[in-house]
Amino acid sequence: MSILVIAEHDNNQLKSATANTVAAAQKLSALMGSSVDLAVLGQDCQSVVTQASSVEGIDNVLVADSAAVAHQLPENLAPFLADLVQQKAITHVLFCSTAQGKNVAPRVAALLDVAQISEVTDIIDEATFIRPTYAGNALAKVKTSDPIKVLTIRSTAFDGVDMTSGAASVVALSDVKDQELSRFITESVVESDRPELTSARVVISGGRGMQNGENFSLLESVADKIGAAVGASRAAVDAGYVSNDMQVGQTGKIVAPDLYIAVGISGAIQHLAGMKESKVIVAINNDEEAPIFNVADLSLHADLFEALPELEKTL
Amino acid sequence: MKVLVAVKRVVDASVQVRVKADKTAVDLANVKMSMNPFCEIAVEEAIRLKESGIAEEVIVVSAGEDACQEQLRAGLALGADRAIHIQSDAELQPLAVAKLLHKVVDQENIGLVILGKQSIDGDNNQTGQMLAALAGMPQGTFASNVVIENGEAVVTREVDGGLQQIGLKLPAVVTTDLRLNEPRYASLPNIMKAKRKPVAQITAEELGVDVAPRLSTLEVNDPPARASGKRVGSVVELIDALKVEGVL
Ligand SMILES: Cc1cc2nc3c(=O)[nH]c(=O)nc-3n(C[C@H](O)[C@H](O)[C@H](O)COP(=O)(O)OP(=O)(O)OC[C@H]3O[C@@H](n4cnc5c(N)ncnc54)[C@H](O)[C@@H]3O)c2cc1C
Ligand SMILES: Nc1ncnc2c1ncn2[C@@H]1O[C@H](COP(=O)(O)O)[C@@H](O)[C@H]1O
Repeated sequence: MSILVIAEHDNNQLKSATANTVAAAQKLSALMGSSVDLAVLGQDCQSVVTQASSVEGIDNVLVADSAAVAHQLPENLAPFLADLVQQKAITHVLFCSTAQGKNVAPRVAALLDVAQISEVTDIIDEATFIRPTYAGNALAKVKTSDPIKVLTIRSTAFDGVDMTSGAASVVALSDVKDQELSRFITESVVESDRPELTSARVVISGGRGMQNGENFSLLESVADKIGAAVGASRAAVDAGYVSNDMQVGQTGKIVAPDLYIAVGISGAIQHLAGMKESKVIVAINNDEEAPIFNVADLSLHADLFEALPELEKTL
Repeated sequence: MKVLVAVKRVVDASVQVRVKADKTAVDLANVKMSMNPFCEIAVEEAIRLKESGIAEEVIVVSAGEDACQEQLRAGLALGADRAIHIQSDAELQPLAVAKLLHKVVDQENIGLVILGKQSIDGDNNQTGQMLAALAGMPQGTFASNVVIENGEAVVTREVDGGLQQIGLKLPAVVTTDLRLNEPRYASLPNIMKAKRKPVAQITAEELGVDVAPRLSTLEVNDPPARASGKRVGSVVELIDALKVEGVL
């Protein structure tokens, strides 16, 4: 039995979600007594390999440095990983529950003819897992009968391991073949100096109540005072106030910061699914009846256009 | 080009489901069922491809109990040409659905398959990727724009950092994200017309697919309840309370 974690990275930086997925792998490893390897698949990703070898509790960093996986194209990654899993008799393959992990994991599972288990939030034994369904309204305990388990790990459910104290060996893998089914064209990555949404300690999100994109600057000024990331509801993204990478919710990003501040957000179940594991929830809304107040620890019934400038001033 | 759209019957997005007292499942008795919202977006995209002359035919397919014919009729009312119902009373998990869809893709010589990115009941986000793997097709998941040109599907994808654009050789699989389009409503005449459109039925057995579930659900529980909160009267009071909580 052995465990393989697929590293999340952009060829330069190892993403922090990897540390959470490794934590889940450690939990499995403690139950099964097996080794944990970390796969880095990319191109010119030497700095990621260096970072990966310092992740706590990793035995080997398996590296494929290939043009075919420069942009993580699943058509090229999946057959390579499926072969690797079989060659090395890997029993558990763990991906981060990120856009990247969700794109590739099911493709690998299907090639191996096994189920894939999404958004795992707890590990009971080597075949039994907890995962939320119905927008987090039901937690299912599922057991798989498959010999190989392909999981995506919800990062907010596992505290990340230390990323500096490990000393793993680096093992080079063979070249990845280009299946010539797909090609990368371009990417527009939203640059921000603020903390990353899914790992920030504080998140402040705006909804339809913000009225337009310019008004998000009111949130940003507060965010910058307290080192927060800025998120949004689907309605705010759909209306074009802010970009899609900021959507928090069932079908957006899942966050669980120490402090989540929802401003002008009504609290639909799909939004709650993405933030209700936050430690302290604050809601600012001018509708006394807004459902968000039912989950908030601290509710401020106020007009956001008065409350936000005052917050910024007083903080 | 023939376009196949996979639609799933799910609990309506407005329903807040409850876990049954015996903890075996969620209670689905007498709740409103609908087409999965991401599948509505998939149907809309296919119909737009037909309207722009790129798709010759739009076929909607659903796997499950007889009741899912309701969602197929809804797809026909929106403009699909015909429907295929893959009958099965089993609990269909993503790998099984992908295998069933794969058979249809082969039989019908499909050029583009459009699925939702995620079903809002199981929250799996798997079927499209699995189908693409089984069919040896490229995949454009979480699509917010799709352009068919020069034998290629150019797909803009919603990814964690922003947007990514990729080119896929056809035939290909696309899964829809929320911003791909805004689905239309079916008009009354089209709902009437849909009643006369063909719905073919085939069983999972006839397709030769083993749909036995790989996952068994041992137990379903409510999420932990949150302690009830309190109202604060002013911004100053809010900041004080946050300091007490130790989060500022
Ligand atoms: C398939 C599907 C997936 C979805 N996925 C997601 C998801 O991932 N994330 C998500 O967020 N949603 C998602 N949704 C949408 C969700 O159902 C809601 O429509 C959405 O969350 C509403 O956003 P909102 O709260 O910003 O807008 P609204 O519901 O319109 O609420 C706006 C709020 O702002 C308040 N407000 C207005 N003006 C002021 C003011 N001046 N001061 C203070 N308060 C004010 C109002 O009282 C109101 O409560 C999904 C829906 C579907 C069907
Ligand atoms: N039983 C089904 N019948 C038809 N399509 C399905 C079925 N289950 C899933 N799908 C398709 O796969 C998409 C993703 O579902 P899932 O992988 O379950 O999240 C859905 O939006 C549908 O397009």
